[in-house]
Amino acid sequence: MIEIPEQKIQSVRNDFPILSRSIYGKPLVYFDNAATTQKPNSVIDAISNYYRNDNANVHRGVHYLSQYATGAFEDVRKKVATFVNAPSPNEIIFTRGATEAINLLAWSYCEMFLHAGDDIIVSALDHHSNIVPWQAACERKGARLKVVPVTPEGQLNLEVLEQLMTERTKMVAISHISNTLGTINPIAEIIAMAHLKNIPVFVDGAQGLSHGPVDVQKLDCDFYAFSAHKMYGPMGIGGLYGKTSWLVEMPPYQLGGEMIDRVTFEKTTYNEIPYKFEAGTPNVADVMGLGAAIDYLNNLGWDFITSQENDLLKYATARLQEIDGITIVGTSAQKAAIISFLIEGIHFFDAGTILDHFGIAVRTGNHCTQPLMEVLGISGTLRASMAFYNTRAEIDMLVDAIHKVKTLFA
Amino acid sequence: MTINETIDQLINEFNQFDDWMDKYNYLIEMGRSVPLIDETQKTDANLIVGCQSRVWLSSEYKEGIIYFTADSDAVITKGIAYLLIRVFSGHTPTEIVEAETGFLDKIGLKEHLSPTRSNGLLSMVKQIKLYAFAYQVKEKNSL
Repeated sequence: MIEIPEQKIQSVRNDFPILSRSIYGKPLVYFDNAATTQKPNSVIDAISNYYRNDNANVHRGVHYLSQYATGAFEDVRKKVATFVNAPSPNEIIFTRGATEAINLLAWSYCEMFLHAGDDIIVSALDHHSNIVPWQAACERKGARLKVVPVTPEGQLNLEVLEQLMTERTKMVAISHISNTLGTINPIAEIIAMAHLKNIPVFVDGAQGLSHGPVDVQKLDCDFYAFSAHKMYGPMGIGGLYGKTSWLVEMPPYQLGGEMIDRVTFEKTTYNEIPYKFEAGTPNVADVMGLGAAIDYLNNLGWDFITSQENDLLKYATARLQEIDGITIVGTSAQKAAIISFLIEGIHFFDAGTILDHFGIAVRTGNHCTQPLMEVLGISGTLRASMAFYNTRAEIDMLVDAIHKVKTLFA
Repeated sequence: MTINETIDQLINEFNQFDDWMDKYNYLIEMGRSVPLIDETQKTDANLIVGCQSRVWLSSEYKEGIIYFTADSDAVITKGIAYLLIRVFSGHTPTEIVEAETGFLDKIGLKEHLSPTRSNGLLSMVKQIKLYAFAYQVKEKNSL
C-alpha cells in the first residue's frame, strides 16, 4: 500500500465542487457514495460542453455536427470497452444504468433461453434490481428462482451455490460488491464453478466498477452491468457488457429508432449489435460525461483509488469499533469501503436524522436489500459508504457525531 | 381546545427553540412519553406505509369524537406522531376533515425532514384524515 500525502487528497477534493458546500452551516461530509458518487468538474464540463458546442442526433446525419457527435459517442463506447477490457466495443450496450441493463438482460436473455422447469440463481446479498427482473422472468416462463444463502458475516455460501447449479440452471446472477455490506464476492471463482457446468454468469457491477479494475476477459463473465453515476459519472447512463455469442442470439428489448435495419409492414429486421439493443435517441450528453469520468479515473489511477479507499475502510472500521454499542454488519475479509452498522438502542432512522444535522450524509434503511435484511434479522442499518475523496478527518467527524447522537438518545 | 388553538400552542412551543438540538430533544422527550397504543393494535392494518421507521396509528370512535393512539420503533417519528395526536385526537370527524395541516411547516419540522421521512409524515396525516372522513360518512349514514 502506498502512503498518500494529504495535499494529494486535497487537490482531488478540489476537483469536486460539491464537496466544498455546507449543510446546515456545517461542512458536508458525504458518506453516501454507494447511492451515488459526486461528479468532478471534468464530467460536469463534458456534459455542458456537449450541449453548448456539439449537440446533434447521432448515427443518421450527413452534416458535420451529427458526424462529430456520432464519432464522440462511439469513442466513449471504445473507451468503456478498453476500461473493462472487453474484446470489442460492439459488446458494450448503453443503457440508463445498471437497473435497466439487468432488465434488458433478464427480459431478452430469458425470452430466448429460459424455459418452463428451468431455474435461475440469484443471491441473498443482492440488490432488488438484481432479484426482481429475474423473478419476473421466472414467473413469466414458469421457471424457478433459486437463492444462494449468505453467512452471518455477509459472505456467499459457495458450497450451497455448487449444489444449486444443475443442468436446468440457465443463469447465475450475482453482484460484484454488496451495496449494503460491502462484501466483495469471489466472482472469478463463481464464474469458473458455473462454467464447469456450462452455466453463464451475469455480474451486477453497479458497486464494482468504481472500487477497482474490472477485466471481463480475465473474469470470463458472460455479462457485466454498470451505472455511470456510481463511478463519478452522470446519472441516467450505464451499460451492459455481453459476450457477442450471447448478444447476437438475444432478441431486442425495446423497438424503434436506431435498432432497426429495415422496416416494412410485413417484416422488420434488426440492426447489428450493439445497436439492436439501443432503441430511440441515446443519451449522448451523459455518454460524454461517462467518457470524462473514465478519463478521470484513468488519470487518478487504481493504485491511488484502492490505497485511499482501503485506508479509509480500515480507519473507519477501527474508529467505529472503539465506540460502545456499535455493531458492524458485514465482516467479510474482502470488503469495499462500505460499512453498515447499528447503534445499540437507537433506531437507524433517529441516528441518521441527527447525523444529517451535523452535515453528515449517511444512508439509513434496508438499502434496497429487503431479503438480506430478513436473513440478518434486522429492519435496516446505517451505512457509511466512502470514496477516494473522503478523509480520515471526516471519519473523525462521523465518530464525534455518533457520540453526540448517543448522548442525545441516552 | 380547538384544533387551531392546539396548533398555535405548538407553534409557540417550538418558537422557543433557537437550536435544532433543543427541538429534537423535545421531540425525543415527547416520543418517549407518548402513550403507547395497545399491543393488539400494532397490526399490519394499522401500519403506515411510506415511513423508513414503522409507525402504527389506531383510531377509536366514541360518542361523536375520534381518539388516536400511535407508536413507532423510532423515537423521533414517535415524537412527531405525538404532535399529530395532540392536534387531532379528541375532535369530531368534521373538525378533523376540515383542519389545516400545514402547521408542521410552521414549527420548522418539515424543512428538516427528508422527502422519505416527510412522505411518512404526510402518510400519517393522510391516514388521520381518512379515518375522520370514514367516520364522517358513517355518521351521515346512521342519521
